[in-house]
Amino acid sequence: MSPTITLATAGRILAQLRHDRRTLALLVGVPTVLMILLRYVIDDAASFDRLGPTLLGIFPFIVMFMVTSITTQRERATGTLERLMAGPLGRFDLLLGYALAFGAVAAAQVAVVLAISLTWLGLEIAGSVWLLVLVAVLDSLLGMALGLFFSAFARTEFQAVQFMPAVVLPQSLLCGLVVPRDAMASWLERLSDVMPLTYAVEAMQEVARTGDVTGVLVRDILIVAGCAVLALVLGAATLRRRTP
Amino acid sequence: MMNLSGPAIAVRDLRVVRGGAEVLHGLTFEVPRGQVTGLLGPSGCGKTTLIRSIVGVQIVTSGEVAVLGEPAGSPALRRKIGYSTQSAAIYRDLTVLENLRYFAAVLGAGKDDAERVLEEVGLAGTGRQLAGALSGGQLGRASLAVALLGSPELLVLDEPTVGLDPVLRQDLWRLFQSLAERGVTLVVSSHVMDEAARCHRLIILREGEILADGSPDGLRERAGTTDLEEAFLRLVKEKAERVR
Repeated sequence: MSPTITLATAGRILAQLRHDRRTLALLVGVPTVLMILLRYVIDDAASFDRLGPTLLGIFPFIVMFMVTSITTQRERATGTLERLMAGPLGRFDLLLGYALAFGAVAAAQVAVVLAISLTWLGLEIAGSVWLLVLVAVLDSLLGMALGLFFSAFARTEFQAVQFMPAVVLPQSLLCGLVVPRDAMASWLERLSDVMPLTYAVEAMQEVARTGDVTGVLVRDILIVAGCAVLALVLGAATLRRRTP
Repeated sequence: MMNLSGPAIAVRDLRVVRGGAEVLHGLTFEVPRGQVTGLLGPSGCGKTTLIRSIVGVQIVTSGEVAVLGEPAGSPALRRKIGYSTQSAAIYRDLTVLENLRYFAAVLGAGKDDAERVLEEVGLAGTGRQLAGALSGGQLGRASLAVALLGSPELLVLDEPTVGLDPVLRQDLWRLFQSLAERGVTLVVSSHVMDEAARCHRLIILREGEILADGSPDGLRERAGTTDLEEAFLRLVKEKAERVR
C-alpha cells in the first residue's frame, strides 16, 4: 500500500465526478428534495423528527452503493482495472481511494441535507449534529463497501443497477423505517438483526432521541463500522490481479 | 537487479484454459531484448491470452512464463512493463492529461512524463480534451501513451494500430523502432500481415499453436514467397497437410 497512490486514486475519482456535474447535482439534490417532500407529506413536526434522521442514514447508504457498484463495474469493463492491477497499485490503494473520495462526497451530501433539514424544515434532534454526520458517513462507507463487493457479481452495468434494489430495499423495509422492528413477525425481526442497515438506522435514531452517547449508540456505530470493514475486505478479495 | 544477459521473455510449455476450452496448447519461445517482436495471427488465435499471460494478469493452467528474469506477474515487474489492452483502457470522463497524470502518479513517474508521452504518440494538442470526446484512433493512442509512462523496459501492446489510418500507423511503427533502438523490448500484436514486415522478429500464432517463429526474411524464404500474407497462407496449408 502507498499513500501517494491512494491519494492519487481518490483525486482521480473526485476529478471524474467534477467533470460529471449532473451526477454531482443529483447526488446532493435528490436527497434534499426527498427530505423536503417527506417533511410536507408527513406534515407533522413530531413524526418528522422521528423519520427524518432515519432517512438521513439511508440516503448515503443507497447512493454510495449504487455509485460504487456501477463505477467499479465500469472499471472492470473498460479494462482500467486490469491496467491498474498489472501495475504497482495495491488493492487497498484502490479501495481506500474510493473510500476517501466517496466518503467526502457523502459528507458533503449529508451536510447539505442536514443544513436544510435543521433550518427550513425545522428538524429537531436531541444529540450532536457531528455524531449524526459521523454515522451518516459511516453508512455511506458501508454502502460503498457493499457496492464494491456486489459489483464483482455483475457482468454488465445493467446487472449492477439491478443489485441496488436487491440488496438495499429488503434492508430498508426491515430496518424499522416502515414498521417498528419489535412490531414485526419474530422471523422478520431476526432477519433484520443480521442486516447492517438496521444498526445504521438505529444509530441515527439514537442520536436524534437523546443527547447522551448511549451504549446502544456505541454498539451500533461499532457494528456499522465493523460491517463496512468486513465488506471492504470481501470487496478486496474480489479484486484479482490474475483473472481467467 | 537487471538481468541484461537473458532473453526479455522466456515461455515454456504454456497452456491456458479459458471458458472450459484450451486456447494455448503448450507454447515455447523466447523474445530477445531490444527488438520489436510481432505477434501475428488471425482473430481468435490466442494473441490476447498470450499477451495477458506475459503481463501476468492471466490465470495460466501450466507452463512457465519468465519476464526480464522474473516469473510473470511478480511485483518487481509491475513498474517495468508497459501494457496496452486491445480496447482503450482509460477513463472516458477524465481529460487525456488527467488520465496520464493519474497513471503516472500510480507508477511513480515524473511530473513531466505525461506531456512527454502525449508528444510521442502525436496527441500533444488534445491534453485538455475529455477522453470520451476523442475519435477512436485518438483514444487508442491515448491508451498507448499510458503504456509509455515511466519508460518501461518492456512494452506489451495488444493491437495498438487497429483503426488507424496509414500515416498514423507509420508514425507509430517509427516510434516502436526508435524505442527498440533505445533498448526497449516490444511485443506488438496485430492481425494485419503488412505490419509484420516492420518487425525484427515474428511469432505467428494459429489456433493456440505457434505456426512459425523467425525473422520476416526467414519466413519468406521458408515459404518461398516475398509476400508475407502469402507466406502465412502457405504455412497454414503446409501444416494442414502435415497433420493429414
